[in-house]
Amino acid sequence: MILESIVFYSLAVASVGSALLMVTRRNPVIAALYLILNFFCLAGLYLTLQAQFIAVIHILVYAGAIMVLFLFVIMLLNLGDERKLSDAISPRKIIAGGLSLALLLELLSIFVTGTEGLPEYNADQALQVGTVEYIGKQLFTKFLFPFEVTSILLLAAIIGAILLAKKKPD
Amino acid sequence: MLESYLPIFFMIAGGIAFGVVMLKLNEFFGPRRPTEEKFSTYESGMEPVRTARERFSVKFYMVAVLFILFDIEVVFLYPWAVSFRELGYQGFVTMFVFIVILLIGLYYVWRKGALEWD
Amino acid sequence: MEITISDLWQSAPMVSLTLTGLVALLVESMKGGRTTAVYGLSLAGCALAFVFSLWSLGSEVIVFNGMILQGGYASYFSMVFTSSAFFTIVLSRPYMQRLHREQGVLYILILFATVGMMLMASAMDLIILFLGIELMSVCLYVLTGFVRTKVTSNESAVKYFLLGAFATGFLLYGIALVYGTAGTTNLKLISQSFAQLSGNSLFLMGAGLLVIAFSFKVAAVPFHMWAPDVYEGAPTPVTAFMSTGAKAAAFAAFVTVFIRTFAITGTPISEVVAFIAAASMILGNVTAIAQSNLKRMLAYSSIAHAGYMLSGIAAGSAEGETGILFYLAAYTLMNMGAFGIISWVEQQDDTKLTFDDYAGFSAQRPVVAAMLSVFMFSLAGIPPFAGFFGKYYVFLAAVKADLVWLAVIGVLTSVISVYYYLRLVMVMYFRDGNATIEERVPGFAFAVIGVIAALVILLGLYPSLVVDISKTFFKL
Repeated sequence: MILESIVFYSLAVASVGSALLMVTRRNPVIAALYLILNFFCLAGLYLTLQAQFIAVIHILVYAGAIMVLFLFVIMLLNLGDERKLSDAISPRKIIAGGLSLALLLELLSIFVTGTEGLPEYNADQALQVGTVEYIGKQLFTKFLFPFEVTSILLLAAIIGAILLAKKKPD
Repeated sequence: MLESYLPIFFMIAGGIAFGVVMLKLNEFFGPRRPTEEKFSTYESGMEPVRTARERFSVKFYMVAVLFILFDIEVVFLYPWAVSFRELGYQGFVTMFVFIVILLIGLYYVWRKGALEWD
Repeated sequence: MEITISDLWQSAPMVSLTLTGLVALLVESMKGGRTTAVYGLSLAGCALAFVFSLWSLGSEVIVFNGMILQGGYASYFSMVFTSSAFFTIVLSRPYMQRLHREQGVLYILILFATVGMMLMASAMDLIILFLGIELMSVCLYVLTGFVRTKVTSNESAVKYFLLGAFATGFLLYGIALVYGTAGTTNLKLISQSFAQLSGNSLFLMGAGLLVIAFSFKVAAVPFHMWAPDVYEGAPTPVTAFMSTGAKAAAFAAFVTVFIRTFAITGTPISEVVAFIAAASMILGNVTAIAQSNLKRMLAYSSIAHAGYMLSGIAAGSAEGETGILFYLAAYTLMNMGAFGIISWVEQQDDTKLTFDDYAGFSAQRPVVAAMLSVFMFSLAGIPPFAGFFGKYYVFLAAVKADLVWLAVIGVLTSVISVYYYLRLVMVMYFRDGNATIEERVPGFAFAVIGVIAALVILLGLYPSLVVDISKTFFKL
């Protein structure tokens, strides 16, 4: 149990740290790289929760594919010298800060009130839910229909990508 | 329960160690006659250091988007493969339909010439 | 736990439309694939799905392992969506040909968007609701930016996509909180435990986030910002599709979750929805007066109409549901008709879209002007057109649910709306000018708008045709 606590806390500190570094970096590419580090830390946290599937997907899809797209977009936008971006405190930033603070307080209040009113979960069952076997079984029995619908959604996205991004439309 | 990840940990550690050791061995045993040209990074003949702030063609973006879309398809294949035996014939048909629908998409992509670089 | 043939057969409208879309995509991809073939196929698919829906209107079943409802309520909405898609496809063809942008995928995306709408209306599980909304939205984002050569089209697509992505975030967060507190995403199970859940603040927060997500999709104040710009920038037939099919689908989701699943009457949720409804009616109608561009005017009018229909949601009763169902059928017809005629008059370079461009229209094209007047009268809610009964039913439901103030706001703002709807009629009939339709309108499109106008009058004279059917739909 001590080992688990060590792993958890070191991952937690690393993920919060990388998230902070990400939002404070001025160079978008470096920020994106910190985001990847953050994804890896989160994937580690998922593993400590026995949610292997989401951990693998997090690395495979988010840290891998989505981040590649992020970097492409940063380069496509051609931001120019980002040091020129203004850093002045504007009313918009104050409002955004206020809202973030409200969200933080809201989340903290959950720690105070505890899990009252939430359905009871069996710890053993909760451990099982994150495994790939369990997800596979649920996905291909109970959630079979939504799974098939996903293919249509992906198909629509493929058509859309080609339609909007193909260089020479015919 | 973390112990069950130990083999994966060894795998990752071994992978990193292998890479580092190989590079270091090379550095140690290999002959070294440095020139300025040799020290510069090899970038397939392109100038290695210059501003990254230039516009990239949208073609890269489309390849990336298509990659993600088919990557998500693979995400679904993973839990399916793990519980393939349990799901049996029904599971096979399910995945078959899913893949056929996406194959139609791939056919469309192909015919529209989106897989060609020009 | 498996998909059976009978499940597939019972969801014939959705399955047939999906298959049509897939076949059309194959035809489109093939060498020498003719756009005309895709066009014909898509129209046939919509017609077939409409017939299947009409056929299954009387029987209601829950299929695919409790995931979706077919027949009854779902079939009614399928009929609305497939007609909206049919009209859109018919109107798109001449419009896109004029711009030299006709491509078969346009029709295919409309078909897939319609499948998404059907999923939204038939969802019995929040997962299906989410997938339906996404399928519809992804197709609409692309359709909005379909005319790639136009900056306005691109701009509105980006706006719609960015704000739509935020709305999806709200939706998912809401679903997560509802799932976390209820322990299930199945709507039937949630409705059974709603009495206990309604006291839970986390659950209410989840429900509130769902209200935000749906309000975005129906373009209700204060989540309406995208609507005027997107409606103006999108190709006009696509705007027609967004303001009819997509709006109806979002309301289908609203009704499914907030009337059929949650019993919101007397809860804080009902108060929030009532506030959104009032704000939409006031802001939509007042701002519409100031517009000179017809597409923008209809965008604000569509915000106002979302407000009228939300009064039915706030009522949270069976009467509210019936009212909304009728309202959506009427609104789909009249708005589709109005946008259709606007798309004929409009020029390629986005001109001829203001009120002034319709001066003397009645002298040049008397029949089209008469039809446009029918749609305007109906949108204003003047009897005996369909729009009047829509308003009547939802306001009646609001009064019965002790929301008299909301009904009063509704009636007063409707009076305001008469000004800008009839302004167009006045310009067409009483101002001198030589407004006309410059390109030839295909006979088929002309006939379709004629049928829509006839239906608007028919529903206004015999509202019971629709109302009686919608009363028989079973409740969760």
